[in-house]
Amino acid sequence: MKQLWLTAKLDIVESLRARWFHIYTLVFGGIVALLFLFGLTESRVLGFIGLSRLLVTYIQLTMAILPIFVLITTVRSVAGDREAGVFEYLLSLPVSLSAWFWGKILGRYVVIFAPVFLAMLGAVLWALAVGIEVPWGMFGYYTALLAVMAACFLGIGMLISAVARGTDVAQGAAFFVWLTLLLFLDLILLGVMIQGRVAPELAVTIALANPLQVFRTAALALFDPQLIVLGPSAYVILDLFGVTGFKIFALVYPAVLGLAAATLGYHLFRRGDLP
Amino acid sequence: MIKFQNVAKTFRRARVLDGIDLEIGLGERVALIGSNGAGKTTLIRCLLGEYNHAGLVTIEGRSPRAERAAVLGMIGFVPQLPPPLKMPVGQLIDFAASLCNSDPQRIFDLARRLGLDVDGVVARQFVRLSGGMKQKLLIAIALGRDAQVLVLDEPAANLDPAARKIFFELLAERAAVATMLISSHRIDEVSTLVNRVIELDMGKVVLDDRVADDVALAGRLDCRIVVKRTEPAFAKAMASWHFTDHSGGGLEWSGAVAGPDRLRFMGMTSRYVALISDISLKEADAKVGVTEGNPRGTGGTAQ
Repeated sequence: MKQLWLTAKLDIVESLRARWFHIYTLVFGGIVALLFLFGLTESRVLGFIGLSRLLVTYIQLTMAILPIFVLITTVRSVAGDREAGVFEYLLSLPVSLSAWFWGKILGRYVVIFAPVFLAMLGAVLWALAVGIEVPWGMFGYYTALLAVMAACFLGIGMLISAVARGTDVAQGAAFFVWLTLLLFLDLILLGVMIQGRVAPELAVTIALANPLQVFRTAALALFDPQLIVLGPSAYVILDLFGVTGFKIFALVYPAVLGLAAATLGYHLFRRGDLP
Repeated sequence: MIKFQNVAKTFRRARVLDGIDLEIGLGERVALIGSNGAGKTTLIRCLLGEYNHAGLVTIEGRSPRAERAAVLGMIGFVPQLPPPLKMPVGQLIDFAASLCNSDPQRIFDLARRLGLDVDGVVARQFVRLSGGMKQKLLIAIALGRDAQVLVLDEPAANLDPAARKIFFELLAERAAVATMLISSHRIDEVSTLVNRVIELDMGKVVLDDRVADDVALAGRLDCRIVVKRTEPAFAKAMASWHFTDHSGGGLEWSGAVAGPDRLRFMGMTSRYVALISDISLKEADAKVGVTEGNPRGTGGTAQ
């Protein structure tokens, strides 16, 4: 356990000094600042008003940025460390591979979740200070959604890092994964597939398997479950699951997916050459 | 102590290690030499449990791959290229000491002995240290615990003569209780440090030789050099070895050279052979010396 915490702490300190983390923090802090600046809390769109409007916009933007950011920075730093000889040295110290791998994930998770959560928390605190009503249920669920999203893409990132040895290959693979998930969003390729008479069951299955789609549906459907907002497959999914069922699914499935990807990554890492 | 039994490693189609069989006992100081691509680093990584391989590698009968934490606790490792760690020096020391159940103060003390102002750089990122400072710190971390095996990959390459001298003394202090594996692509860099030479070529052991162990790791040579005329480049070289200019005009120099550094020192002086009119090297605690050109009859018997 001591080895795990030491490794996690090490990764946190390394990340806090890395340029990617500064940009990452700036991006999410900047999004919230800009949303306030543009007076989003005073506008009403599609039924959202006040801080709800800001939070739903924030989570939509986060969904677009966080996955690619987490994937690219994770594979870059892990594969980059391996290439630069960091693994050769640090893994010559008496640390077990499980403590190293899971400690690294733990440290990285703290570093990627903290800025997105703190930016949202900052918005809530500001709202409290200026007397805007805070939708606590929405804030709580979005926090859980962000936590799960970070875990999901971190797990996938660690799996890619374990499979791809070089930084270039790892970055390419991470981008490919993100692009694939993006293309199979309800309003893009999936919509086209449905128009092209693909079996609805297949479209729904693809949508359910795509964590990006799951997050998107969960974030929107709870508040305005209309076809025009959700897209056809998400509409069917929500009809099948119900709001509460889908809320639970949207938290459990991506968490399991991320954990499964990380576990597979760990087994590949443990069985392969380390540096 | 260390056993390699039919160890082979292949990267895709390239066979980098090809049936290595070696036994290295306690107290042996082994030079692992070979040209680039001979398999030295791969063998070291197999020893550190970092590579999968065919055959068996054991330290005290235990596999460094299967029993990582226990086996690596016995090994102190200095890599050839320092890793680009962004963490502060203080944290690296604490991290290594915590994992090795060692006292960070030991590492601090060793770093100071090697001439590193560790208190001045404790908050600085490791990656921002100079090459020599990084090397000193990594040596201090490797030696700052009770390691029974020291794996040193070109350990003195970035050290100045004064730090090398201390480094040899530190190795001498551990010679009786540790096995040392010192990797280098040049035998002259490490020959005076070791009592066994293993040469690798194309992944095979092509030479395994015991060598005379006449050079004490902590030994010292007193040296005196007289030159025919003042030469700034020579004066600079002498200053880097911490020699004293007795004439004041750069004509007569004296100083101490660490015993295992004698080849390196003579290599340096050979560049100025036409300039030197008198040179003597005398073991500080022995009667035998070396004399080249001796117009004034100083120095001892030629060796």
